[in-house]
Amino acid sequence: MSGGTASEESFRRPKVDVARLRRDAWYRRPRWRRLLGFVVAGLALAVVTGPQGAGSTALMSSLKATFTSVPRLGVCVGIGVLLWAVREFGAPLRAPARTAQDGVARGVAPLRRFYAAGVWPKLAVGALVLLAGAVIPNLLSPTWQVVFVEQMGVYLLLAVGLNVVIGWAGLLDLGFVAFYAVGAYSVAFWTGSLPVQPPVVLNPFVVIPIAVLTCLAAGLLLGTPTLRLRGDYLAIVTLGFHEIVYLVAKNADGFTGGSRGTTKMIPHPSIHLFGLDYNWMFDPLPYWYLILAFTAILVVLFSRLENSRIGRAWTAVREDEVAAQASGLNTVRYKLMAFAIGASTSGLAGVVYASKVGFINPDNFPLLASILVLSYVIFGGMGSIAGVLVGTALLTLLPQWLKSYVPAEDRYMYLGGLLVAMMIFRPQGVIPSRRRQREIKLAESGVGGADATGAAGGTTS
Amino acid sequence: MTATATMDASGGGEVLRTRGVTLRFGGLVSLQDIDLTMRRGEILAVIGPNGAGKTSLFNVLTGVYTPQEGELTFIRADGAPVSLLGRKPYRVNRLGLARTFQNIRLFAALTALENVQIAAERAQRSGPIANMLGMPWARRDQKASAGRAAELLEFAGLGARVNELAGNLNYGDQRRLEMARALASDPEVLLLDEPAAGTNRVEKEQMAALIRRINEELAISVLLIEHDMRLVMSVAHRVMVLNFGRVIAEGRPEQVQRDPAVVEAYLGAAEEDAENTRETGDAVGREDADE
Ligand SMILES: Nc1ncnc2c1ncn2[C@@H]1O[C@H](COP(=O)(O)OP(=O)(O)OP(=O)(O)O)[C@@H](O)[C@H]1O
Ligand SMILES: [Mg+2]
Repeated sequence: MSGGTASEESFRRPKVDVARLRRDAWYRRPRWRRLLGFVVAGLALAVVTGPQGAGSTALMSSLKATFTSVPRLGVCVGIGVLLWAVREFGAPLRAPARTAQDGVARGVAPLRRFYAAGVWPKLAVGALVLLAGAVIPNLLSPTWQVVFVEQMGVYLLLAVGLNVVIGWAGLLDLGFVAFYAVGAYSVAFWTGSLPVQPPVVLNPFVVIPIAVLTCLAAGLLLGTPTLRLRGDYLAIVTLGFHEIVYLVAKNADGFTGGSRGTTKMIPHPSIHLFGLDYNWMFDPLPYWYLILAFTAILVVLFSRLENSRIGRAWTAVREDEVAAQASGLNTVRYKLMAFAIGASTSGLAGVVYASKVGFINPDNFPLLASILVLSYVIFGGMGSIAGVLVGTALLTLLPQWLKSYVPAEDRYMYLGGLLVAMMIFRPQGVIPSRRRQREIKLAESGVGGADATGAAGGTTS
Repeated sequence: MTATATMDASGGGEVLRTRGVTLRFGGLVSLQDIDLTMRRGEILAVIGPNGAGKTSLFNVLTGVYTPQEGELTFIRADGAPVSLLGRKPYRVNRLGLARTFQNIRLFAALTALENVQIAAERAQRSGPIANMLGMPWARRDQKASAGRAAELLEFAGLGARVNELAGNLNYGDQRRLEMARALASDPEVLLLDEPAAGTNRVEKEQMAALIRRINEELAISVLLIEHDMRLVMSVAHRVMVLNFGRVIAEGRPEQVQRDPAVVEAYLGAAEEDAENTRETGDAVGREDADE
């Protein structure tokens, strides 16, 4: 267009002036600001890795030691500056990195296609993982075996359950561990380990269905009035529910044993069936196999669920509640279903945990536990069972592994740092779910609204 | 016109009736005393300038909003009247009213097939336990709904897009997909909110053909909101005109078009909203010239 260029030019000239007027001092430009950021991060690294102090004077002296020890300070700030330099001037490095990445992706693609092709590859991979899960703990020291059961194993069950609630149905449940507590206290009650006696004393195995049903009922009871609420309110309600369960456990001395917990040891589960006699004792390995079996069963059941009408309905509810309702889905019912299934899984984990450790008290079920499970699920990849398992395994083993390298009380700080970095660079998680990844991609390109909690707006226009 | 002739021939009983429906948002009256009567088998178009209350009417009918006053009645195929008042959207859908949205609301991260399948299987009986255990009837259900969804996509002209993500389709295809999803719930009345908005001339003609096929081949009554006059005139058996929440005219397309109140409403709107009226005003003019 001939007229267009003339008018464009008359627009362009003042723009140049404005740009000159608005030019910032060099140190205010983004690049140098970022340098400042990286240097500060380096200093922070020096502080957290430096000598630690307790109490005010010790704190000052430890800070002094940090800032006067040139090697550490130099290395840490150096790392910061190096990262900055790579970020700012590393463009030539990035191209080969990308081609390498593409190459890997291309190399993996046939494997992936093979995996997606049918049922057999999936079964084969599952069997291999199961085999590895069965063999590896045998090679570990007893301490690590305990970690496998009490840290990782129990949280694997919890994470698989929470994944249904948050990953599939998109409900932000911050009180997930409350159901875990309900499951644990159920087994304590039915085995006669609480101050009140049950009508009949049962074997922990027999309590499993009872505990699962109790948690299902608790989930329905809590969910029915609250699942009509939007996402953020639900988070608060579940938080409150956790607090209620915790405080009841802590204060109902006559029933739960108060803050001292169980009065007698919860018996170990045992089987006496068809001439088979087996008792799970103190040894962690049998419990690990038990957990492995439960996890494997749940993984199979839940992945079927994900690819059924229920799983699709959950995705619909999560993505657009209004459209889901308009398509005839009773959204509250599907949310309730997810909530109750999650609660039951949590209860199962509670039974296994309680019958392994023998004694429980309210402090086994802090709010932090709920937050941790949540972060494992998000870290691994919400909505992807494989991701959730890997994420939980990594994050529960990491603090144990760090134990031998950093002060014990610092471990969770590194965990936090890892989570922050992950959310910045790979928000979809270690192994993202297919659907969630698409949502993130579409949201980046401005189509549709991916939302961590799936709280769709309530109005149509 | 042949379209009106079809309507007279079909001449079904009522399928949808509203009486004195009034919807307010605070002080704003978005629907005032609406009396709508829709016959089984007809294509009824609802037109009117921006903000006239067309979408509000849909939202009232489908249970998204509850009107402060009035009656909403759906007449089932067996002739039994059912009140729609206070019914949740999903219950309205199960009664037989399915809708599409003006601002497309698909499940963007699901494939086209899955989008339709969700609606097709909404009333299936297989619960979570049957699906977890992979019971034969759950599998059968699943196969049936997938087949039905594929069929509907084919019907809507999306046969080649079955496995594409809904969010990656173009506007025209997204609107068709929404229609396929709405059809999957086996409605008796289909409510389409501006199905041709944002599409080009060719796509609009395809859309008109699709709406006619839905009406004739599937025997579904269609309540259609549309700004494009050419489309409205070519498919609608009857037209209802809203302005400021009131019905200002109702009748056959060619009658309505000549109605002074309608011309007035569109001319009045022209001063406020040049963009939209250019389209509608022109269309009204052109159609007039044709006769
Ligand atoms: N949720 C709401 N809250 C407040 N006002 C609303 C709401 N929904 C609709 N309205 C108002 O009701 C009136 C009618 O809106 P409506 O969306 O029904 O118009 P429309 O005829 O569909 O217009 P358009 O052609 O632009 O789609 C408008 O004035 C609008 O602002
Ligand atoms: Mg509208």
